[in-house]
Amino acid sequence: MRVQLFATCLVDTFFPETGEAVVKLLRHYGVDIGYPKEQTCCGKPPNSAGYRKEARKAAEHFISVFDGTDPIVIPSGSCASMVKNHYPDLFKDDPKMFRKAEAVARRTFEFSQFLVHVLKAHESGFPNGRGKITYHASCQLTRELGVRTEPIELLNSINGAQFVPMKNADRCCGFGGVFMGKMPEISMALADDKVDSILETKTDIVTGCDHGCLMNIMDATKRRGAGFEVKHLAVVLAEAL
Amino acid sequence: MKRGAGQLINFRDNARRAIENPTLRRAMRHATESFRQKRSDAIVGIPFEEWREQASELRRTVIGDIKGYVDEFAVNATKRGAIVHRVKTAGDARDLIGAILKDNGAKNIVKSKSMVTEEIHLNKHLENLGLRVIETDLGEYIIQIAGETPSHIIVPAIHKSREQIGRLFCEKLSCDFSDDPTVLTNTARKILRQEFLTADAAISGANCYIADTGSIVLFTNEGNGRMVTTLPPLHIVVTSIEKALPSIENLPLLMRLLPRSATGQTLTSYLSIITGARMPGAATGAKQLHIVLLDNGRSEIAKGPYREILKCIKCGACMNVCPVYGMIGGHAYDSTYPGPMGVILSTLLNGIENAHPLLDATTLCGACTEACPVKVPLLKLLYELREMRVDKGYNQTVESLGMAGFGIAAKHAHIFQAGQTSARALWSLAGYLSPLTVNRLPKPTNRTFRRRFS
Repeated sequence: MRVQLFATCLVDTFFPETGEAVVKLLRHYGVDIGYPKEQTCCGKPPNSAGYRKEARKAAEHFISVFDGTDPIVIPSGSCASMVKNHYPDLFKDDPKMFRKAEAVARRTFEFSQFLVHVLKAHESGFPNGRGKITYHASCQLTRELGVRTEPIELLNSINGAQFVPMKNADRCCGFGGVFMGKMPEISMALADDKVDSILETKTDIVTGCDHGCLMNIMDATKRRGAGFEVKHLAVVLAEAL
Repeated sequence: MKRGAGQLINFRDNARRAIENPTLRRAMRHATESFRQKRSDAIVGIPFEEWREQASELRRTVIGDIKGYVDEFAVNATKRGAIVHRVKTAGDARDLIGAILKDNGAKNIVKSKSMVTEEIHLNKHLENLGLRVIETDLGEYIIQIAGETPSHIIVPAIHKSREQIGRLFCEKLSCDFSDDPTVLTNTARKILRQEFLTADAAISGANCYIADTGSIVLFTNEGNGRMVTTLPPLHIVVTSIEKALPSIENLPLLMRLLPRSATGQTLTSYLSIITGARMPGAATGAKQLHIVLLDNGRSEIAKGPYREILKCIKCGACMNVCPVYGMIGGHAYDSTYPGPMGVILSTLLNGIENAHPLLDATTLCGACTEACPVKVPLLKLLYELREMRVDKGYNQTVESLGMAGFGIAAKHAHIFQAGQTSARALWSLAGYLSPLTVNRLPKPTNRTFRRRFS
């Protein structure tokens, strides 16, 4: 099987090791990975801030770069939701582009979605886990994509690790894209609440499927001197292979 | 903190002040957490999704023909002896209500909760006319004696702690301090009982009006609504035009959804269906019943792309689940209606030129949309109103320059990469300029994923 990988800006710029973990995992299941070098950003930031024109430019570029019929795998709920839910809406008045956007949307999978629904990775499981792990359910992943159980199924299939659910797991961490810059005080206070929920679980690792949230949680973790690690689900799973 | 008419809402500063107030934070956390829990318990084991769908369709039908339902209601309510007034603006409503009270020689007025009267700033107007107005919903009474405005549409004093209310009562009502809710409620109850008995007019809101019977309906928990609408000889109902239900047969659906969504109750404590003025020979009811149906821009909203906000039944569920509202409370929005529905409705009612900073009061997390019992597409409307803000030029210049640059970089991978490299080079400077944003992010790597992939 062949897929196209969209790494996302945050993975590309700040967390390349998450991208490498995705590659390691996919190759483990015999997936052949194409990485279109011309890829940039999905357009989520302008789209959320109300800049439809700029979001459309990013979407047009994405659609032209990710052509073909291979599934597109994205290690982020919000970027995957951008492609799956918002691209068709951006071109609702342009029938030709709308059809292309819909075709790209249909081929797009958020990373945990792809692992569970296509590769059935939770069935074979992961042999070498360790420690207690809790999970933050990011907003677009949960409520726009409806991906609620997949990451948990994957975590539960790690041998040697224990998944501990946190309170208010699907409550926003306060990242919110442009929100973290425009309303930093609220953003930090919400991240503090998230850290409290994590601390209550007494786990060693918090994981999630969106580096936006994880970055915000990392910052609050540092500020609070909390002792747990913050890792993308891809990293957690790749380490348990 | 108070803003004059036509002044820009300073949401960021208001929010910052709220964040720095530990008492407010504690009160908000406690109250919203408890409402969220009660609501999720109350929708277990019932066909909630099916009811939501039905209610959504029903409300969509209503807002598709508001004028038709107002007409039908007016005919039926008039037949039963009510006097129906249709008013265009907040000013018209204030003048009309003031005139009705003056004409009847009313001096002492008791009120049961009504957000529409908050929207038109009625109390202040009536006080300026020399009338005495007493709020009788406990939460409204608390904020009235505190000289504040409601910070939640269902729980007006949600931002106050028990201790604060105890001190307030102690100071304003000259009673001994207590922070026991039962003691405080009894103090208010004694005072309000006297007010009900001596009032010569009443003002209430309505949770909905029923077109085919000409009735207005009140959902209350304290019984004050019943006292207000039965004891005084004159009763003025103030509500807004979009709150129609086509038929009394639709009421059970609202009875199932509204209390569950608002407070997590499976049933409201009191349900009052008021149809017309007191009939000859009847023992209770106001002798004179006026029903004021306020438009205040809603007919225009109903014609436009954001019309679905008018489906809202004002339950407050979106506030209780909103992370931003739960952190800062309602006053930071500096608008009659706070929280997710409030951001949307206030922007439309007050004009984007004054209200656009409110559009930053959301992380776009979508929790509101999931909770809404009538399926108002709140998240979609928030996205669309942000687009409207950009289209109308109420965005920040520096942001729009940044986004224009983004538009170019997004089209060309080499420019995008150059952007990543310069971000790394200028990171310290950026951190200096914008510490609360940039310093919260890790430094960009010099070995990006695109360089590493092979």
